[in-house]
Amino acid sequence: MPDGRRPRTLAARGARRRALAALVALFALPRRALAQPIMNPAPGVDARTINTPQGALQSILKGAAMRRGRVRLELPSAAENGHSVPMTVRVDSPMSEADYVRRIDLVSEKNPVPLVASFFLGSHMGRAEVESRVRLNGTQRVTALAELSDGSFWFDAADIVVNESACLDGG
Amino acid sequence: MTARIQVPREARRGDSIEVRIVIQHPMETGFRYDSLGRQTPRNVIHRFECRYGGVEVFRASMGAGIAANPYLRFFVRAEQSGDIECRWVDQENASGYASARVTVNG
Repeated sequence: MPDGRRPRTLAARGARRRALAALVALFALPRRALAQPIMNPAPGVDARTINTPQGALQSILKGAAMRRGRVRLELPSAAENGHSVPMTVRVDSPMSEADYVRRIDLVSEKNPVPLVASFFLGSHMGRAEVESRVRLNGTQRVTALAELSDGSFWFDAADIVVNESACLDGG
Repeated sequence: MTARIQVPREARRGDSIEVRIVIQHPMETGFRYDSLGRQTPRNVIHRFECRYGGVEVFRASMGAGIAANPYLRFFVRAEQSGDIECRWVDQENASGYASARVTVNG
């Protein structure tokens, strides 16, 4: 080996290529795919104890599917700071005895506790609309998930740019 | 805990009336440190409920993601004259109460 390189047998080259390909594939995976929990939490698990947004959603859905529509989440597109951001959720529902919204959950992508709040509604409300003010830890997507009386789940998501996060000191 | 509740005094039967409430509370996240570097314990109003004529109409389960001095706005269908009563409790078991009377016509 005049140039000091290791002997390059065919088998050694193959093994190195495979290792390299595996490494490249790992980095090529979307980061989200790695962050997602592999299993749904057990039924009855309190979503507030789950520290991933996907986990919080799954603990509410318990395996059911959610569809986009019927829900409207209103957030400003940008906020100077995340300490107090106005938020309104509206669900297209007659709010009658036969067809009403049972529950609305708000899930944040970046807050230390992803489940911001759960609202429990009923046919006595007349209108499926709730407004509040939320804390947001940075620029992110917020999801509002509604469960209707027929057991179906609907959602809407809104993106917001937050210049100064909540959860910093003074917040 | 002081709170301010706003409800229309009168409503027509069948109308949806708007209930607005602001509660004075720091909604302490548990992520803050004081000047001596001690962590301020988490203390939020975690449960809020509203009854109308004695029947529960709305309930909220909240976390530190709700801003300080929590504000809620929701609707209740006017059925008969009665009190709209809100109750809440924080993690130190301090509770609060606010109510407003609504007169239903028609």
